[in-house]
Amino acid sequence: MGKPTDLVQGTLDLLILKTVALAPMHGWGIAQRIRQVSKEVLQVNQGALYPALHRLEQQGWIQAKWGESENNRRAKYYSLTRDGAQYLRRQQAQWNRLSGAIDLVLETT
Amino acid sequence: MRLYYKLPLRFLSLFRKPEAEQELNDELEFHLQYQIDEYVRQGMQPEEARYAALRALGRLQQVKEECREMRNVNFIENVLQDLHFGLRMLRRSPGFSLLAILCLTIGIGANAAVFSWIEGILLRPFPLVVGQERLMAVTGTNRASGERTGVSWPDFLDLQKNCKLFDAFIVDKIMGATLNVGDHATRITGSVVSANYFDALGIRPIVGRGFELEEDYGRNAHPVVVIGYHMWQDRFHGDPQIIGKTQILGGQPHVIVGVAPEGFQGTFVGWAMQFWVPVSMQERFVPGGYQLEDRTADWIEAFVRLKPGVTAEQAQAEISAAAKRLEEEYPATNRGRGIKLYPLWQTPFNNAGTLLPTLSIALCVVVFVLLIVCANVSNLLLVKAFGRRHEMTVRLAMGARRGRLLQQLLTEGLILSTIAAIGGLILAHWTRNLLVLLLPKRGGTAMYLPGAVDWRVLALSTAACLVSTLLLGLVPAIHTGKLDLASALKAESGGVVGGRRRALAQSSLVLVQVALSFVLLVGAGLLLKSLRAVQNTSPGFLTDVITTWIDTKSAGYDKQRTLTFQDELIDRLQVVPGVQSAAFGRIGAFTYGVYSSAAIAADGYVTAPGEQPVIDYDEVSPGFFNTMGIPLVSGREFTRADNETALPVAIVNEAMAAQLWHGQDAAGRRIQVKGRWLQVVGVAKVSKYRTLIEPPRSFFYVPMRQSLVGAGLYIRTSLPATALASALTREVHALDANLASGEMITMQEEINRSTAVQHIAVNMLGVFGGLALLLAGVGLYGVMSYAVSQSTRELGLRMALGARAADLLRLVMSQGLALTMAGVALGGIAALALSRLLGYLLYRVSPRDPLAFVMAFAVMTLAALLACFMPAWRATRTDPVRALRD
Repeated sequence: MGKPTDLVQGTLDLLILKTVALAPMHGWGIAQRIRQVSKEVLQVNQGALYPALHRLEQQGWIQAKWGESENNRRAKYYSLTRDGAQYLRRQQAQWNRLSGAIDLVLETT
Repeated sequence: MRLYYKLPLRFLSLFRKPEAEQELNDELEFHLQYQIDEYVRQGMQPEEARYAALRALGRLQQVKEECREMRNVNFIENVLQDLHFGLRMLRRSPGFSLLAILCLTIGIGANAAVFSWIEGILLRPFPLVVGQERLMAVTGTNRASGERTGVSWPDFLDLQKNCKLFDAFIVDKIMGATLNVGDHATRITGSVVSANYFDALGIRPIVGRGFELEEDYGRNAHPVVVIGYHMWQDRFHGDPQIIGKTQILGGQPHVIVGVAPEGFQGTFVGWAMQFWVPVSMQERFVPGGYQLEDRTADWIEAFVRLKPGVTAEQAQAEISAAAKRLEEEYPATNRGRGIKLYPLWQTPFNNAGTLLPTLSIALCVVVFVLLIVCANVSNLLLVKAFGRRHEMTVRLAMGARRGRLLQQLLTEGLILSTIAAIGGLILAHWTRNLLVLLLPKRGGTAMYLPGAVDWRVLALSTAACLVSTLLLGLVPAIHTGKLDLASALKAESGGVVGGRRRALAQSSLVLVQVALSFVLLVGAGLLLKSLRAVQNTSPGFLTDVITTWIDTKSAGYDKQRTLTFQDELIDRLQVVPGVQSAAFGRIGAFTYGVYSSAAIAADGYVTAPGEQPVIDYDEVSPGFFNTMGIPLVSGREFTRADNETALPVAIVNEAMAAQLWHGQDAAGRRIQVKGRWLQVVGVAKVSKYRTLIEPPRSFFYVPMRQSLVGAGLYIRTSLPATALASALTREVHALDANLASGEMITMQEEINRSTAVQHIAVNMLGVFGGLALLLAGVGLYGVMSYAVSQSTRELGLRMALGARAADLLRLVMSQGLALTMAGVALGGIAALALSRLLGYLLYRVSPRDPLAFVMAFAVMTLAALLACFMPAWRATRTDPVRALRD
């Protein structure tokens, strides 16, 4: 396994939004899930995770609610807002266009 | 709605900070616990796992701070913090704060006051009147004479009928009436108005009604009157049954039909009207007989209200076209006559036109003062900013962004200017009636020239406040921008680095102050010289003649009875000890009354095509020229023999003789006035008729035949006015106990009233010029003191090398003077460009009058010498030993 890839600037927001879109989740869970789903390739820098969560909350894309975690601790759960869902769709479409374009360039030999 | 999510969050962050903090801690703690559990599961010792988890999260405090930053509370919190900090800074140096706020209050207050005058006198001068922005003033024009005239009633009706772009045509002709109360007659001011007056202005009488449309028509057919609120209160004690009662006005009982609401002063800038009568009553109140069917009788002053969306140009074009049609239709009366519209603030027939130049100059002056004040306070702030250089540097070193420092400095400026703006508005409120106090009183006339502090004035004052904030913050801000961390920290101990740059900034601020002050001084000098020229102008008559007026018409006298009364009164006065002579005149020089004028034809004078001399005249009694001290160059005075049955006669002045007969002897020639031939029996010297500054103008006199609204009485006497007043009352009452004379003043006072505007302008420029000079002096003093304190070492060295005290004195003084001269040069250029603005107020003084410039130069130099002397003297006291050792 090589060195975990650093996240491209700005993609962390996209990953967070996508992750909480599935189910409300707390910060630690979001980081774990991104790691698992990406098969250990994407390592979320934990120091950057929380400022990002707070920023997305301030912007109204996600909202937070306190709840019980699986091991009965009080945890802050983040979920996607309606505006956040729209925002996610837009961002995802943009990402697809971008990565598709990069693929095209790279595959042209 | 993202706001729906955002607002509660902001609220939480701002006002429930401890809870937000606690939540942040809980969240991160939860994360750590999870991570520790995870590491323990992977086989770490609990202690080891905790360290690892912390490492993974990064620096805990920094993460927290970043989260807080993300919560976006910092901006608002910063503002609060800056406010708090700024207030503390101001409290810590109360002397500085007080000085700065005082200066700014004067600066902003002067602006707010002038704004409020312009608003209340020029832009929206009529309280309670709706839609004043659509009102325009109307006058006639005469192409031949180039002078402004009134409009005749038949023309007025035709214009109203033929123009489509106007909501209303409103006649408003100011006039007076006399109320005889006991042994004193009071003149009250009223208006002859068209019947639509109150409806068109949106004024609803509080008791009774306004006028009905038919009350415009029929010769003297509708003796009805609407009285003002104050007349109702003062004279009728607020009688609720007032409607239907009568009041004698203009010699005829008038039925009171309405009372105007409190606060409505009529539509004459400067004076409050006390009553209004409809146009049909013109003959009773406006001199010149019955004029409602005469197209040459241009007695009307008027306003129009434009329809919404109509521009002044469109309105002027339409009304000019209508006037043109009248010219074609009635060539005999209307040839060469047009109509001109003015915005309210340029209204030529009331005090708006008189005060306009003064107020525009006042506006320039107060803007200058504000700039000077800002420069001065900037200078003070700069001194403080340098005192705070260490603080700023440390804050930068600790990682404050420069924008953040700028925000801090601007907040401090804002605190100063906001406090000052509040003070300034209070100042403006106090001084709103100052103009009335500055203008001389006219007996019986209620002056009304209020400033209005409304939202527009508030907005402009706020703008002035914000502009000064920016100006204040700017200079220290530029400095902070240039603050170089390394060198600033290093230089902290040296204490001279930055001195040069600071000196430069300070010097340029002083330069600006000196330049602006110089401009104000030049203006003050020019106006002062002009005022002296005005005052030294001879009016052409004796100024110690005492004048008053007696209104026989209001007492119901007819023409013959009036003439008899006047002759008898003169006879009685002639024998009062101390009285040399006495005479009547209908209008009299320098009163507000308007002379009659007439188109003139003359023996031996051929009128050029398209030219028609129109000349003003007055009606005077026998002995008038002798009493007034106006010399006759040839011929004789009027005598009592010049009555209705004798040959009609006239006395012309020299200018008229020159105009009509090119200086040949006029006596014995004839002039034709309104169809009558008059024999010229005398030629009088030219005197001043309306203002001291008028050029010599043609004028003639006819014997007194009628008097409307009182006649002026002129008495040449060695008695003081009070003694004469009792003698006059005694003689008048001996003839008729119901009559009384009005206010008694000398002709000099009458003249002073006409030069009031010049006096105001001189006072204003004088006061503000002096203030500016003081501020500039203080600024210069500050700069020179600083320069001296910074160059102790250099001064000490010079002394050690043999410089004497006088050399050092010269050195410092010459530096200060060089700065002053540079400012004077700059100000001189500005003054040359700006002094033309004084145009109208300058009489026999060129806007580039060298004396005014030299005087301003001398005063400025003197002030600079004074300001520099203290620092220079201190320089000579430098102890070379100590200076070199330190």
